[in-house]
Amino acid sequence: MNEVLIVTLLAILMGLVVGAVVLVLAGYNPAEAYKTMFLGIVSRPKYIGWTLVRSTPLILTGLSVAFAFRTGLFNIGAEGQFMVGVLVAGVLGYVIELPAIIHLPLVIIGATVAAGLYGGLAGYFKAKYGVHEVISTIMLNWIALYFSNYMVYRPYLKNPQPEATYDIHETARTTIDWLQPLLGRSVKANWGLAISIIVVIWVSYYLFKTVQGYELRAVGYNKDAAEYAGINVNNCIVKSMFIAGALAGLAGALHVTGVSFHVSKLAVSEGYGFNGIAVALMGNNSPIGVLLCALLFGGLQYGGTKMGTLGVPSEVVSIVIGSIIFLIAISKVFKPILKYINKAKGEVVK
Amino acid sequence: MSDFVRAFAFILGTTLMYATPLIYTAIGGVYSENSGVINIGLEGMMYVGAFAGAAIAVVTGNSWIAFLGAGVVSGLFGLLHAVACIKFNANQTVSGIAINFLAPGIALFVSRRMFNGATMTPSVPLELKLPRPLNGMFNSLMETYPDNLLIESLSTIFNQYITVYIAFAVVFGTWYLLYKTRLGLRIRAVGEHPKAADTVGVNVYRIRYLCVSASGFLSGLGGAALSIAIVSNFRPGLISGQGYIALAAMIFGKWKPRTTMLACFLFGATKGLQFFLGGPMVGFEISADLLAMMPYMITIVVLLGFVGKAVAPAASGKPYEMDVR
Repeated sequence: MNEVLIVTLLAILMGLVVGAVVLVLAGYNPAEAYKTMFLGIVSRPKYIGWTLVRSTPLILTGLSVAFAFRTGLFNIGAEGQFMVGVLVAGVLGYVIELPAIIHLPLVIIGATVAAGLYGGLAGYFKAKYGVHEVISTIMLNWIALYFSNYMVYRPYLKNPQPEATYDIHETARTTIDWLQPLLGRSVKANWGLAISIIVVIWVSYYLFKTVQGYELRAVGYNKDAAEYAGINVNNCIVKSMFIAGALAGLAGALHVTGVSFHVSKLAVSEGYGFNGIAVALMGNNSPIGVLLCALLFGGLQYGGTKMGTLGVPSEVVSIVIGSIIFLIAISKVFKPILKYINKAKGEVVK
Repeated sequence: MSDFVRAFAFILGTTLMYATPLIYTAIGGVYSENSGVINIGLEGMMYVGAFAGAAIAVVTGNSWIAFLGAGVVSGLFGLLHAVACIKFNANQTVSGIAINFLAPGIALFVSRRMFNGATMTPSVPLELKLPRPLNGMFNSLMETYPDNLLIESLSTIFNQYITVYIAFAVVFGTWYLLYKTRLGLRIRAVGEHPKAADTVGVNVYRIRYLCVSASGFLSGLGGAALSIAIVSNFRPGLISGQGYIALAAMIFGKWKPRTTMLACFLFGATKGLQFFLGGPMVGFEISADLLAMMPYMITIVVLLGFVGKAVAPAASGKPYEMDVR
């Protein structure tokens, strides 16, 4: 096992311990609470299904943030890019009528490209005008939120009853019908997870096995050295933000086509993008790490709500997640343990 | 003419009101980053400050204790960030994001425990909110001179909660501290070139602990300036991104106190314009959602048009280890 993996596992373990301590201090029984949470994730096929459905957007928003990090960019904008994906998928899924074989790809690709352009805009602002991507993506998040709310209220899109658009057509959905007898209708089993896993594999390949991926990572390691080596840094910044935006937008598209089927009016954003930041950091910005941590994050979030039956505030999950990330940040504390493990393996201690 | 004056006064008054919580938090960021520590955790610190302020006000019935208490509670989160960044050489962005999950989580957890499962604190009674120091003066002036446009407008602009005036004092004090005192010179030296500062005998670690804790303290004041002055309780959506806006204002203000304050005013002014255009004073109706987009669009346009490359303090984001060359 490599060191990063050990540190991450230790951080997860210790994060759960911190959560347990908080529960004890607040007068709850942590063993009972964690058991309820765990059973709430795995004890029924339905629960597992819900956890996977909940984790799917986090895989892609986490991947989006991790991808940008690899090029030395901090994409706080996954949140807004996700919303652009949701909006475009919701609109294309409703206003166009086509056979599924054309309609579904059109909806997903349209939403992905639109969100890619939205992310690329922040890259362009940075490359051309020197605007820090942290500021521009924060602003773009809010613009996406309010623009989406504006569109939801257009008469040709708005469903009269709920605060949302009309549902998209059947031809634009990724629902898996044959899983429904097993999981029940409420789970909304869909192809999103499978598509996300394929994208994880593609991103691993692109980042680590292609020249373009090498260039993007080189810019992330050392911008000046990359430029000296003849890499077009500004080009890389725009490209990286485009791909990051597209990944987050795909998350939104898969959410609409698989789970929500419409765009809702939102008072504040739903947090898929911000949680993606946590997933990327927990997964050490590696595609496979992001995949696993998204599942963990989704599981904690979904299982955490089950603790409510015991009267335990589900916010303890945020404390656990925050502690895990904090412990990863201060991973130096695990050095003695790593030393011990290395010694046990008889390797030379660094 | 009088309509124009009233509109102008309304926008200015709203500007001051909305900019104030941002100013505290953004100035907090100025301290942290000038000493060389990136603080993405402003959002979480502001969040927990807003909760602590409202909760302490409800429990103690004293808004001043609540205001300072909010600063102290958030200051503890600043200290946590400081320990991670200074003692453990943490990646400062990662630690800051961790705070953004931890602090709201703890705030909501404690809220549910304290207020029978509610994530919203009870309202702070009006007389327990922070005072408006000039309220009495303006009220008596308006009684003495009814229908005086000047006094009415001045009241709209300047009859603010005391947090607004304290914010000005904080900006001035920060500017003075950073640029006119020895401590300020040391802070900036630590942020630009910690090794050099260390060589001439400045305690890099102590300065950073001080500044990062101060940034937590000020973020807490920013949160409380919202929860016990502008509104009168804490609820989960109250902060929703204002800490990030403050962070943006600090970068926009190029890490300096006065320009950071101006960036906060720009943001407050666009908010003022938004409420003015959405209010009854204009004769036409614009979609509230499109208006709500406006502050963010104006900010981007201003960034594109008027501001060059932003340069952070040179050592910002880099952990400092004494024995490493």
